[in-house]
Amino acid sequence: MAKQYVSATINGEQSEFLCETQQSMLDVLRDVIGLTGAKEGCGSGDCGACSIILDGRLVCSCLMLGVEANGTTITTIEGIAQGDKLHPIQQKFLEHAALQCGFCTPGLIVATKALLDENPNPTETEARYWLAGNLCRCTGYDKVIRAVMDAAAVMRGEAA
Amino acid sequence: MNYIDSSLKVVGTRPLRPDGVDKVTGRALYSADTRAAGMLWGKILRSPHAHARIVKIDTSKAEAMAGVYAVCSAADFPDIPSEEAFVGEGPMNFRDLAQNVMARGKVLYEGHAVAAVAASTPAVADAALAAIEVTYDVLPYVIDVEDAMAADAPVLHDDMFTAGVDPKPTKASNIAKVVKFKKGDVEAGFAAADVIIEDSYTTQPVHQAYIEPHACLATCAADGQVTIHASSQGHFMIRAYTAKLLGMDMSNIRVNPAEIGGGFGGKTLIYIEPVAVKLSQKSGRPVKIQMSREDVFRGTGPTSGASVTVKLGAKKDGTIVAAQTVLKFQAGAFAGSPINPGCMCGFALYDIENIDVLGYDVVSNRPKVAAYRAPGAPIASFAVESLIDDLASKLGMDPLTLRQKNMAKNGTKTHYGPTHQNIGFEQVLAAVQTHPHWKSALPAGQGRGLACGFWFNIGGESTATVHINEDGSVTVATGSPDIGGSRASMGMMVAEVLGVDISMVKATIADTASIGFTHLTGGSRVTFATGMAATQAAEKVVDELKKRAAMIWEIQPDAVEWRDGKAFPAGSNAGGFEPLDLAELALKAARTGGPVNAEVSVNAQGAGAGFGAHICDVSVDKETGHVKIERYTAIQDVGKAIHPSYVEGQIQGGAAQGIGWALSEEYIYSNKGQMDNPGFLDYRCPVASDLPMIEAVLVEVPNPRHPFGVRGVGEVPIVPPMAAVANAIKGATGLRMPDLPMTPPKIRAAFDAAG
Amino acid sequence: MSNLSYAAPTSVDDAVKLLAGSSGLAKVLSGGTDLLVQMRSGRLKPDLIVDTKKIPGIIGIREENGGFVIGAGTAGAVVEAHAGLNKAWPGLVEALDLIGSTQVQGRCSLAGNLCNASPAADSVPALFAAGAIAVVVGSKGKREVPVEQIPTAPGRTSLAKDEFILEFKLPVRPARSSDAYLRFIPRTEMDIAVVGCGISVTLNEAGVCTAARVSLGAVAPTVLLLADAAAILVGHTLDADTLAKLDAAAQAACKPINDKRGTIEYRTKVAGVLARRVAAIAFDRAAGKSTGKAH
Repeated sequence: MAKQYVSATINGEQSEFLCETQQSMLDVLRDVIGLTGAKEGCGSGDCGACSIILDGRLVCSCLMLGVEANGTTITTIEGIAQGDKLHPIQQKFLEHAALQCGFCTPGLIVATKALLDENPNPTETEARYWLAGNLCRCTGYDKVIRAVMDAAAVMRGEAA
Repeated sequence: MNYIDSSLKVVGTRPLRPDGVDKVTGRALYSADTRAAGMLWGKILRSPHAHARIVKIDTSKAEAMAGVYAVCSAADFPDIPSEEAFVGEGPMNFRDLAQNVMARGKVLYEGHAVAAVAASTPAVADAALAAIEVTYDVLPYVIDVEDAMAADAPVLHDDMFTAGVDPKPTKASNIAKVVKFKKGDVEAGFAAADVIIEDSYTTQPVHQAYIEPHACLATCAADGQVTIHASSQGHFMIRAYTAKLLGMDMSNIRVNPAEIGGGFGGKTLIYIEPVAVKLSQKSGRPVKIQMSREDVFRGTGPTSGASVTVKLGAKKDGTIVAAQTVLKFQAGAFAGSPINPGCMCGFALYDIENIDVLGYDVVSNRPKVAAYRAPGAPIASFAVESLIDDLASKLGMDPLTLRQKNMAKNGTKTHYGPTHQNIGFEQVLAAVQTHPHWKSALPAGQGRGLACGFWFNIGGESTATVHINEDGSVTVATGSPDIGGSRASMGMMVAEVLGVDISMVKATIADTASIGFTHLTGGSRVTFATGMAATQAAEKVVDELKKRAAMIWEIQPDAVEWRDGKAFPAGSNAGGFEPLDLAELALKAARTGGPVNAEVSVNAQGAGAGFGAHICDVSVDKETGHVKIERYTAIQDVGKAIHPSYVEGQIQGGAAQGIGWALSEEYIYSNKGQMDNPGFLDYRCPVASDLPMIEAVLVEVPNPRHPFGVRGVGEVPIVPPMAAVANAIKGATGLRMPDLPMTPPKIRAAFDAAG
Repeated sequence: MSNLSYAAPTSVDDAVKLLAGSSGLAKVLSGGTDLLVQMRSGRLKPDLIVDTKKIPGIIGIREENGGFVIGAGTAGAVVEAHAGLNKAWPGLVEALDLIGSTQVQGRCSLAGNLCNASPAADSVPALFAAGAIAVVVGSKGKREVPVEQIPTAPGRTSLAKDEFILEFKLPVRPARSSDAYLRFIPRTEMDIAVVGCGISVTLNEAGVCTAARVSLGAVAPTVLLLADAAAILVGHTLDADTLAKLDAAAQAACKPINDKRGTIEYRTKVAGVLARRVAAIAFDRAAGKSTGKAH
């Protein structure tokens, strides 16, 4: 099969690429485009390390074909910060030590971004259920949840 | 120098980690994140059988395929003789390691590697694997540890004769060794006891389940020099093992430590690096291998499952006078379960006069076990801490009081030899007693459990260098992969010694060609041992800086004093000079003798043992058997927390893993000896909504053998949770659940059986 | 290497032609949350993927003749955000909401969940209980099929090779009607149902049940619609006797297997437990007593 031509907006920039039909969007991001921030932890949608925002919705890039990206708008972890200024979520993950190995962190930050875009004032329970698809094996989630709640407060203008 | 009683400015604070920004922006490079020009994709063919003789491997069709550049199997690797080496947290036999990396003659578990290919794309590599024809002579297999010990069990290794029994057996068996420890006279102890209690327990193998699958990129140059980019808990370990398995000199292998996406002990040995190097040698191209999650579950080491019995005898006042246990650990396909630490840890928490411990290391047709956080201890402590809870009930005593009555103290002689020194178990239990969680009333319908844990912690060989850069900023490099924030700790200890702000110090991990040997990140040793090397290197730099200042001022070095990051004349007699800071001294370094650096290697001794106690509240749905963790507190003696946030993180993460072990994680086998749940869907690690906040309470009893009082913290927290949860379930329901994981079907069945 | 083709037709006719004309295995791609997993594991090796998401009307929710029509490819997250559906069919919405993670919610669809034909699919017992009608399109035109006639065995459906589901029709809701869905899983999220139960009821002014549909998942090769259990509810309030009979009927209907997710004994008992709990929620909702989530 000839490769598929795909055009999509990725992190605010128009991006064109060729991919094999069977390549997942995760494969495309990592191996074709070179955006390796999204990680493969399972390849089956069970760990969330490959999370991206597709047309405003949080999805696992491993559960999507690269060809399906045609005409879509995608945000990856590389598109969360504004230039060299960290997003409040990134800043709070650092301040709360919400990462140890850091491998699940890109997925957690992207998922948190999608959560706070939709629900700026989540309860702890809502945050935990929203993030249930993002496995973290290091932290026990405690500091992650604290970072999420604190970032939400900052983004609402209620905390520093 | 010792800083334990000094007033500290950096140590004990919570600065941002130096590698943090890369990790929150997706820039940090983990093992699968690098590519090389002309790179091939390596893939490994794995056995579908639990136990089979390899009759023939025909790779001709795969080799003939377009896009396939190399194929290898055991025939391409040296046949390594049996050789024991003590590395990491347990013994390693290099022949076993070699045969685990690539099966030779027999496959010993489903998922055992039998051949590998390197191809232009992952899809071509998959097709090539499918084209390899392996002829198997399928053999009977055995999965369960008790079954494997049976006289008529299929034997995995016909040259395995049980070690540790006299006379030496003449018949091969699956029992690799028998371990015994005795203290006092256990029979006399039981005879003197007022109350005797006994129970049996089982645990299932659980995987470390780091989220990053194993991956590596190997490049072999025409002159035979090899570069490996991989994440692990020890890049020196990768170099040593790869060299051994390929018959190479270590100097011809350079390993670049990639960021590591979790290990928990599971990345203290190798699986794919020698294969990638071999494929690169054969193809002349860089080769990348990355495991799938399924490969990780089927092909890499979980920790042992086990069968344990414990018997305790106590006086009416609660004094435990006799303790006996038999532990049967399954090792997977090769000898080497953590049976020794298992035999030591369960009773190490208590001062008991008469102890008898018997342990078995047993092979069966499962993946070779690997270290997992405090290897062996969680299994032993699940059993012992469950039975102590039942003993407390039987005696009508509070479970904390019973533990306080019997707890190990400084001077308590253990049943395995050493005498406890500088331990903080007493302080941990005192912290339990005063903690609001322990003192709070239990909400209606809930149960509360308490359990404790112990781990030795280790020291060992480490190297650190401290460089004063040309502008006076500071770089500290070590040979210890940073698995959970240790760069921050290294930088903080160096900043403290130098008397500078943490922002001036950056910590890095140097590759195997750029720093002296450093033992792997394991045994909770890095902040202790590598921290000791970094501290000493910083002290050497301070001495040198004082000499440089003395040279500039033309006074004696001992007339120079170092404080707050500056050289001062040590009093008015030394002269009236303006202090010199790092930037000024660095600027003048060329004229005072050249760059200011120091490298220190240590073999650190005196790692302080760690003790912890966990309090867990649960509620149980009696109709479905579902357990909800309502509240969780983990209290631990951490010596001195260099960066308290990352110490708390270790405790919270360990507790969460233990809760998974307690309730939902296990290897499930089909009736064909194949793992039935090799993915995160059915291998059930706790998710965010399964857990409450986990309160980590840091008790600081400094370890006098470390300059800042550090003791290891990463392993202790996985020891108590299983019994803490089990004891809480008992409190909520009256049911003693002796078999892990305590799944809803088991709990519902226990309810039904209880009527 | 791969001979996999991909097409994203923009009309039903084009999609049907592609499916009909495929010489190998053709698969309809909706959210892809099952399909991609099966392709990656090697369980499924399609030759053609027909991505139906660009077909007009296949994504979206509309009201028609007093009932709701849900496009077959509408993502779970879209359904969950729909106020009208939450009010009329809270059980169906909560069932869809339980499929996978938030990430999966962004992609998964009712049609995919139904046509994957897993007996443990979360939305399917709720769809059965709702009495939903699948609008199926194919070479022979359009036909309307009760959802319970779609899955025939694990991984198998009654759809012809050239057919796919375009949309689902939910019946007009009489007053005092509601539904609920619960599933049991070992964790709190991310698991496949060990047992799932969906119940839809209509009550009269006295709170007596006048119509009911009861469905169980993960206790047989396909999701079950339990006529006996529904008959127990009709003509009764949810008193202790009715609940006990419902529990027994649910258990009696189970034909489960032992597998890594549950035992026969456990699944059977929990089916009874869930039936009682789901009925209680559905009755409360129908009586206007409860508006919260069931899980």
